[in-house]
Amino acid sequence: MPILNQVKQNILHGRQLDTADVERVMASLLSAPVDFADIYFQCSHFESWSLEGGLIKEGNFSIEQGAGVRVVSGEKTGFAYSDILELPQLLAAAENVKAIVRHGQNGRVKVSSFAAPERQALYAAANPLLSLPDQEKIELMLRLDREARRLDPRVEEVMVSLSAVYEQVLIADSDGGLAADIRPLVRLNVSVIMQENGRREQGSMGGGARADYGFFFEEDRAMDYAAEAVRQASVNLQAGEAPAGNMVVVLGPGWPGILLHEAIGHGLEGDFNRKGTSAFSGRIGERVASPLCTVVDDGALPGRRGSLNIDDEGAPTRRTVLIENGVLKNYMQDKLNARLMGLPQTGNGRRESYAHAPMPRMTNTYMLPGEHAPEEILASVQKGLYASNFGGGQVDITSGKFVFSASEAYLIENGKITRPVKGATLIGNGPDVLTKVSMVGNDMRLDSGVGTCGKDGQSVPVGVGQPTLRIDGLTVGGTSV
Amino acid sequence: MAARALIFYRDSILQNQNQINQYQDRINEFKAIVQQLLDEAARQGASAAEAALSVDNGLTASVRLGEVETVEHHCDQGLGVTVFFGRQKGSASTNDLSPASLADTVRAACSIARHTSGDEYAGLPEAEDLATECVELDLYHPWQVDAEQALQVAKECEDAALAFSAEINNSEGATVNSHHGVRVFGNSLGFLQGLHSSRHSISCAVLAGAGDRMQRDFWYAVARDPERLQAAREIGEKAAARTVARLDARSIGTRQCPVLFAPETAVSLIGAFIGAVSGGNLYRKASFLLDALDKQIFPDFVRIDEQPLLPGGMGSAWFDAEGVATRARDLVSGGVLRSYVLSSYSARKLGLRTTGNAGGVHNLMVAANGPDFAGMLRLLGTGLLVTELMGQGVNRVTGDYSRGASGFWVENGEIQFPVEEITIAGNLKTMFQQITAIGEDIDYRGNIRVGSILVERMAVAGN
Repeated sequence: MPILNQVKQNILHGRQLDTADVERVMASLLSAPVDFADIYFQCSHFESWSLEGGLIKEGNFSIEQGAGVRVVSGEKTGFAYSDILELPQLLAAAENVKAIVRHGQNGRVKVSSFAAPERQALYAAANPLLSLPDQEKIELMLRLDREARRLDPRVEEVMVSLSAVYEQVLIADSDGGLAADIRPLVRLNVSVIMQENGRREQGSMGGGARADYGFFFEEDRAMDYAAEAVRQASVNLQAGEAPAGNMVVVLGPGWPGILLHEAIGHGLEGDFNRKGTSAFSGRIGERVASPLCTVVDDGALPGRRGSLNIDDEGAPTRRTVLIENGVLKNYMQDKLNARLMGLPQTGNGRRESYAHAPMPRMTNTYMLPGEHAPEEILASVQKGLYASNFGGGQVDITSGKFVFSASEAYLIENGKITRPVKGATLIGNGPDVLTKVSMVGNDMRLDSGVGTCGKDGQSVPVGVGQPTLRIDGLTVGGTSV
Repeated sequence: MAARALIFYRDSILQNQNQINQYQDRINEFKAIVQQLLDEAARQGASAAEAALSVDNGLTASVRLGEVETVEHHCDQGLGVTVFFGRQKGSASTNDLSPASLADTVRAACSIARHTSGDEYAGLPEAEDLATECVELDLYHPWQVDAEQALQVAKECEDAALAFSAEINNSEGATVNSHHGVRVFGNSLGFLQGLHSSRHSISCAVLAGAGDRMQRDFWYAVARDPERLQAAREIGEKAAARTVARLDARSIGTRQCPVLFAPETAVSLIGAFIGAVSGGNLYRKASFLLDALDKQIFPDFVRIDEQPLLPGGMGSAWFDAEGVATRARDLVSGGVLRSYVLSSYSARKLGLRTTGNAGGVHNLMVAANGPDFAGMLRLLGTGLLVTELMGQGVNRVTGDYSRGASGFWVENGEIQFPVEEITIAGNLKTMFQQITAIGEDIDYRGNIRVGSILVERMAVAGN
């Protein structure tokens, strides 16, 4: 197990710790009658570069390290962490958290590696910060600036950001498991501001992956981001007032899959369903979407932004069917909620860092393709809105109401896209929006690797995807009443 | 039964009169580390540098349905350094405060600076802008609460919510948070200062109804001084009242109508204004208020002033994120924009002088011209009261505004029924001009203090 050994070497041995010390901390946690406990070691290297006004304006490098210890007893969680990776601090953190349960037996666990068969890693265990000389990172950003300005003289300002994370984690749990992962993550973004006759609009495009910086050079991706940002800004310069009211909406493929993330994804996370606070609580086996819809969450896609070899509790990620032919099949679970609900863990236990306790989170959430060509779907609409790009979204888990904000949209009239309209927020009801899906495209696409999901103050990278979809009624928040 | 009574946790907060003295010792210790970073930067050849060190300790305790749910102990530390080689700049940060790590961090910042472009506007603030007068701002009030007591407060809060109405049938729990910390900042112009502060909050979220009728809402209080927190019981009752009021919400037809933003949502309108007059967005031309200085952007009754030295304020500070002295001033008076929100970098880019706002604004006060909340409802007459906004939906470049909303339909100043699954849309430039009243029902919790805001007309999209 080369990754495990490498991470043990880097995180533990580099700080005069070894597995015997991990066992001592675990033994301390288990001296209280807990259901389970875990220790999460993490070391992250992060860099970011930014360009604006044609200058490489800023660069930042940071190192964060620490360990979080957690005990769980029934529905109770005790959690503490330390930035200092030394035995006394870790034992002190353990002492703090186990106070949440009664004193009791002595537990002793010998940690070993997980018995689960190692599968092919989903990404390379290399440090992406070192995958390109700094000078070439700079040159890439300057080239993107020139390219955006070259493509359209109306471009007034170009902003480029480039970043990479090299994260190593080591997870010890009270079943004796010891698991490790090395997680690269890169991200590039190009934004432009374009001006014409005093009117200004923006366009933005980016991407990323669990890969090294080489990702942006494959298939000319970086240059495509610049071209796409310019294209979006120029479309927005032509955009008129967006319509207001309930209408047929066609969503484009890829990133508009944020619909699934907001409308159903969060509502299917185990914690909300255990507590009965989700609009989807107790609805497994019920029809919640049209039979055309099958939606999965898959943390095991190679190289994707939302992918992980193991989740932050050491469980292998996997593909979980959330909705199959319109019927609700599964929730997404972490260890605590799976135990309390008597359901299997699904590899969705995630945390922002060692300083945050895990909870059920999405990975890559997407809808499988259907039968229709996207042109057929557009041709079927007499009057409606085609939204091909979005900013963010939000959901009220309990009422099921969700929003997502279009940043590129067009009117559809008589089966044809006629003219661009300004961005507008779309609002709907999670438990019934997918019942209104009347056509599903054959053009399923995952997003370009830009998503970050926030829940209870914790941010994690995620992916979304979908084919072109026709939804027979969604409220569009334009200004044209 | 809960093991609540059996929780033994002693906060690391020092519990005696020596506390302040010990904190002063800690600030001195941190000042020494920051000075070491600055010295190391000079040793490695930087022509100028700034560095910060902060430590934050805290406790989060939550209760759900009367049982202990989580107890979390927080202890965050971090240091960051920015170095300049002439007009080139690089930054690095870490949470490892060991001596070896200090030198490595400075080295990383220097290495980055060699790759950034020379930027004629980059550099430390002008020496004469740096804060010299230390002001006691009354920001440090540790809460002598251990986990058991915090859980008791949370339980009292949630109990009040659960008992408020028979309709309340589930809970996301109540949470008590108590944080205190120290931040020291210095630069190579000789500025070296520290601040200690505390921040405490109580929050509660409960549910009512079942199936498609289910609703949730919440309430919270936050303060520097735990004595000034709203009573736990009142927070629970307010959360419950808000939840029950949402039952049987429905959409309304698409229309144009006046919109009253309740104080908790009005804050975001002022936030959008601040974003639009912030230097970074102005010099990037990413603002709908370019060249708006000295222009009428609100009706004449609107006054917005910044009061950075307010004792106990959530946004109070006597120096900003780069050591510049903060100053009380009008941002808007007579509805006219009097000043932008600038750091020394954005000020130089715009040919102006810093306003002491590196890192953001410090206590914005929006003056009321209208009555209390009930009076504001009467002024609204017939229209939409918005109590919650969803999603981003604000385009900073154009001012285009389109957000999900929920709230209440109001007729003749009386609330008729709860509303959800609608959007409100307009353009912020117009919305600002169409503000007809700002209430005296001011939300004092945050960095922006504003009452409810009445906007004459917006597009509402519904069913």
